[in-house]
This record gives sequence, structure tokens and C-alpha cells, in this order.
Amino acid sequence: MTALEVTLRAVAVLAAFLVLPLLVGQTEHKVMAHMQGRLGPMYAGGFHGWAQLVADGVKFVQKEDLTPAAADKRVFRFAPAIALVPYLVALSAIPIHPGVQAATLPASAVFVLAIIGVGIIGTLMAGWASANKYALLGAMRAAAQLLSYELPMVLAVSSVCLAAGSLSLAGIVTQWHWWWLAWQAPGAVVFLTAAVAELQRPPFDMPVADSEIVFGAYTEYTGLRFAFFLLSEYAGIVVMSFLFAVLFLGGWHGPYAGALGWLWTVAKAFAIAIVIIWLRVAWPRLREDQLQRLAWLVLVPLALGQLLLTGAVIAVTGS
Amino acid sequence: MAQPTTNRELTVGVGAGGLATADMVLNIGPQHPATHGVLRLRIVVDGERIVSAEPIIGYMHRGAEKLFEVRDYRQIVVLANRHDWLSAFSSELGVVLSVESMLGMEVPERAVWARTLLAELNRVLNHLMFLGSYPLELGAITPVFYAFREREELQAVMEEASGGRMHYMFNRVGGLKEDLPAGWLGRVAHAIAAVRSRMPDLESLIVGNEILRARTRGVGVLTPETVAAYGVSGPIARASGLNIDLRRDAPYLAYAGLFGEGGPGRVVTRTDGDCLARLEVLLEQTHVSLDLAEHCLDVLASLPQGPINVRLPKVLKVPEGEIYTATENPLGFNGYYLVSRGEKTPWRLKLRSASFNNVSVLSELLPGHLIADMVAILGSMFFVVGDIDK
Repeated sequence: MTALEVTLRAVAVLAAFLVLPLLVGQTEHKVMAHMQGRLGPMYAGGFHGWAQLVADGVKFVQKEDLTPAAADKRVFRFAPAIALVPYLVALSAIPIHPGVQAATLPASAVFVLAIIGVGIIGTLMAGWASANKYALLGAMRAAAQLLSYELPMVLAVSSVCLAAGSLSLAGIVTQWHWWWLAWQAPGAVVFLTAAVAELQRPPFDMPVADSEIVFGAYTEYTGLRFAFFLLSEYAGIVVMSFLFAVLFLGGWHGPYAGALGWLWTVAKAFAIAIVIIWLRVAWPRLREDQLQRLAWLVLVPLALGQLLLTGAVIAVTGS
Repeated sequence: MAQPTTNRELTVGVGAGGLATADMVLNIGPQHPATHGVLRLRIVVDGERIVSAEPIIGYMHRGAEKLFEVRDYRQIVVLANRHDWLSAFSSELGVVLSVESMLGMEVPERAVWARTLLAELNRVLNHLMFLGSYPLELGAITPVFYAFREREELQAVMEEASGGRMHYMFNRVGGLKEDLPAGWLGRVAHAIAAVRSRMPDLESLIVGNEILRARTRGVGVLTPETVAAYGVSGPIARASGLNIDLRRDAPYLAYAGLFGEGGPGRVVTRTDGDCLARLEVLLEQTHVSLDLAEHCLDVLASLPQGPINVRLPKVLKVPEGEIYTATENPLGFNGYYLVSRGEKTPWRLKLRSASFNNVSVLSELLPGHLIADMVAILGSMFFVVGDIDK
């Protein structure tokens, strides 16, 4: 791989990383608005407020960058980057078309899971360094949440890996057959639930809970640093939706996959993103202990059952 | 180590010694999204569990009672509908009813029924507000838009009649400001039918949602004894099993007939006393109020033409004496204690507002709950900060 090619791939991932979350964000604005009998943004940019998030970004840049006097300043300033960068790295390992992915890794499924797990440290750092009681509560909630979703998520992914006999995301998609939709359905449900918990999105947005602990770990953030946290949330939706599409929906499989495979991946991921948005519109927020309960009494047993089922089917069919 | 008794130490974590933990004082408000304005709660938490809670009020005290004393009886109505801005019409009513009974004034029948109708529409508006805002506190962002669509429907007819959308100022001593607009009754009937037809959408989003039920069932249980001890009233008291409603128990306006034998009125109660029960009472009361309003429409349509108010003297003086008038406001008992010395202004006019008592029970209710439940309980007390602080 030449230096030029590496640069091109990096730029392509960065472009996707900057554009796709905005697309998801704008979709959320509009989909949520129409579900609630509103119009959503209508003015920025002219056509149906398409430039609303660009305008928001411009606004964030102009805002004063505040660091509380009592804060642990270096950790406080560094936290948004820790929250944001893992998703960028994760995005580079996701295959979207046969043979098309920014970084070719032998065990990309493991790599993506590991790197996504780093993002939560940004929230913990922000909450602890803010020297704010609400922020601290938010960080502690985030830590408690971490304990509940990581295990089911890893178990759900390992079931797919077992089915495909590969730890590579591209390998999994290559092995995928349509009947996996039914075979891996319990795992898919577990993964989606865990992903929403990882993203701290409703109904699992307890760590930010604006009506309880006023945005938790992000309480003290302003301007661009706050925008980075927001961006990391939407980048997270993008990464999780792509992962779901690749792991459970067969990625590029579909009519004319040879030419339109990338479109299939994007379309499937986008559909999942809309489901994640829909959850926010429809549901209230759980309590932290209710999520723990759900995770340990439902998600983990379900994921283990899926693993057992996958193993049994493989043992019987001998593939 | 000399520590205050409230600081308890418990050992968490691993390794030698562990970590010492202490209770944390947390100020919820006066600027906090869950306090609907400027209520402040000073809570002591152990982790997320509340050890003690103290509501601190007075950030919105406007001295309404003192201001009443320097206003004549027409002007008082303007002020009296402000303390609880979601029950403006009902709060106006208490004042004019007090003055009318001190004067021994006979109010025209059309005015009585029109007042009843408007009071019930006001109750629906109030309840819809809380049916929208309460889920918001639990993280459900959609119901508020559904609720406000219905509110808009009713506010349009209220505005057409009174000119106001919140502070109606439509009551006058002796009746209403002016007659109802031509064709208005039909438009009200249409609005009520529209609201009723869409209520199931809102209901399924609120009480039909399993997460919301899980967040509210068994949370913040208020016993009937505590309700009685703190003077809690309204839907909150009825959710704890207290079968008490001034519209039936001390009828004013046309309520004696409405809540009598064969009338459409009924008192909604629950026995659980938890957040869910309070929400359900609110929801069912909305339906009952729509029934009552529809009945009032029928009666109004059948009444012959006639005056809707009484001609008042230039200077309205209330004879010497005192009276206490309580009405069943949407949020609970709203009482005015009027003492007159025969002047054109009251000598004293004291206000008993529902939210003050309803919120004071929080210090009893919150300890032992989590912060997340605190928000659920706080929201389910259905208060208006102006109604607490007066």
C-alpha cells in the first residue's frame, strides 16, 4: 500500500465520519419532528432546513470555550477527543462493499468491539474532571451502564463470528446467508439493545438524563467541546448501525451486489439508524437499575442461548 | 475522626481499606428542568439514594395576598388568576363566588352554567398540560406534542369567548364579562369531540407504555394518613384513596346537579397512591371533565336567552363580615378567606392554594428513593410554582 493510498483512505474515512453523523442528525430532526406533528428545521439553507446542523456547528464554534475553575483542566479538555476518536477508528474497519474497507484487519470484529469500548472513558473523564455533582452522577451512571451492555454485546457478536467461522467483518459478510436473519435474530435483538445502551440513547439515556441530572457528564461543557460530544453520539449511531448491518443484515448482500453492494450496506445501516431515532421518539427512559436487571436477566441469557443455538446448528450441519 | 452524624462511612471497592464515602448535598433547582420554574429541593444523597429532602420555596413569592388588599374587587380578579397560571378560570371563580355570597347576589342561570362549562374546560387544559409534561420528566419527549395539540383545540374556543389564552379574566362579580359569541356552543362541542377522539393516542403513549409503567408503579407511595396530615388535595389525594371532591361534597356553581343522582359527574379515585395512580386519576378526570363540559353545553343550548351578568354599582362595596370559599381547582382545594370591613377593597384576603400543601409532602415522600425516582415523584405532584409561592 503506497503512502498516497493510505492518505486517500484516511481522508475518505474522515469525510464519511464528518458527513454521515450530520446526515443522521438531520434525519433525526426531520423524522422526529414529523412523528410529533411538527415540521422540524425549515429555514436554514432554504430547502427544508437542510443546513440546520451546519448552522448549529457554526454557532458552536463561536461560543466561548469555558473550563470550570475547579475542573481538572487537562482531563476536562481532553475528554471530548477520547469520546470521539474511537468511533472514527472503528469506522475505518467496517467493510461496505466486497473488498472495500479503509483498513484491512484480520480480526476486525474484535478490533471494532475493543475500540468502541474506549469511548466511554471520555464520558467518565468528563464527568470526573468537571468537578460538578451532576456531572459526577452522570459519569457514575455511565460506568454502571457500561457493566450492563458490554457483555451481551460481545456475546451477540461472538455468535455471528462463530456462525461465519471468522473474526473478520468482511469474512462474516462473505459467509452470510439470508436464513441467518432468523437464525441470528435473538442475537440481533441483544446487539441492538446493547448498542442503544452503549450510545446512551433513549430509552437508555440515564447518563445524560436532561430532566434528572441535566446532561450528566456534559453539564459543564460549552462550544466546540460540547459539539464534539454530540458528534460522538451521532458518529456512534453511524458506527453501530453499520456494524448491525454488517453483522446481522448481510452488509452488501442484495440484488446487484457486485455493483450496488455499498448502497445496500448504507441503506441497511440507515434503516437501523432510523430505528434508533424512533426509539427516542416513542419511549421514556429506564432507570439505571432497571437496565442492569434487563441486561443480566434477559440480555445475557438470551445471548448465551443464541451462542448455544449457533453452536448446535454448526455441530449438526457440520459446516 | 470528629464528623457530623449525618456523614456515614461505608467501605466500597477493593484493596486495603477501601474508599471512604460521604453523603452529598445536592441542590435540585431553583433552576432545574424538573422543577417547572423555581422550586428548589435541597436533597442529601448517598450515591443516588436520597437520605433527606427539603423543599425550599419562595423564589417566586409575589405577595399576592398583600396586593389583594389594595385592589378593588374587580381588580382582584386580574390578580387572582395569576398564582396558578394553569387554573386561571377556576381561581377567578373563588374570588367572585366569595364576593357574590357576601353580597347575597343572585347570579343568572346562564352565567352559572357557562362558568361551569369554562371551569371544566380549564380543568381539561390543566390536566392535558401535566399529561404532556410528566412524561417529559421521565424522558418521553413525544406526549407533550400530542397534549398540546389537544390544548390548542380547546384554547381556541376559550380564546374566542374570553380573549385570553391563559389569564382569561372572564369572570365578573355577578356573572361573566360578556355573553358567549354566536355559534360558539357548536364550536365547543366540535372541539370536545375532536379532543375526545384523539385522547386514545395520548393514552397509549403514556399509560400504555411499559417503561413508563415500570418507572411509576410502586414509586412514591403516598398513604392516606400522610395525605390527611399534610392537607394534600385534588387528584393527588384521590390517587391515595381519599374520596373527596368539593364539586360533589360542597357543591358550587351547577355541580350539585352534575354530581347528583344520574348526573355525568363522578369522583375518580385510585387506591395505590403511587405515581402511576396519580397519572391515571389525571387521565380519567380529563374524560370526566369532557363529559361534564358536554352536559353543560346541552343545558346552555336549552336555556332561554337572558342576561349573563348583573349590573353592578359604580363603586362595589362588600358588607362587613368574613367568608371562606373553597373551590375544587384542577390541582386541589383553592380557598379564599375574605374579611371585609365594608370598604371597596378587602381588609384581608388570604389564599389557600393547592400546590403549597401538595409539595410540602415531598420531604416525607422522597427519602429512600433514587434521584431518578425523585424526578418521577416530583412530576407526579402536579404543581405550579406560582401556586406554591403565591
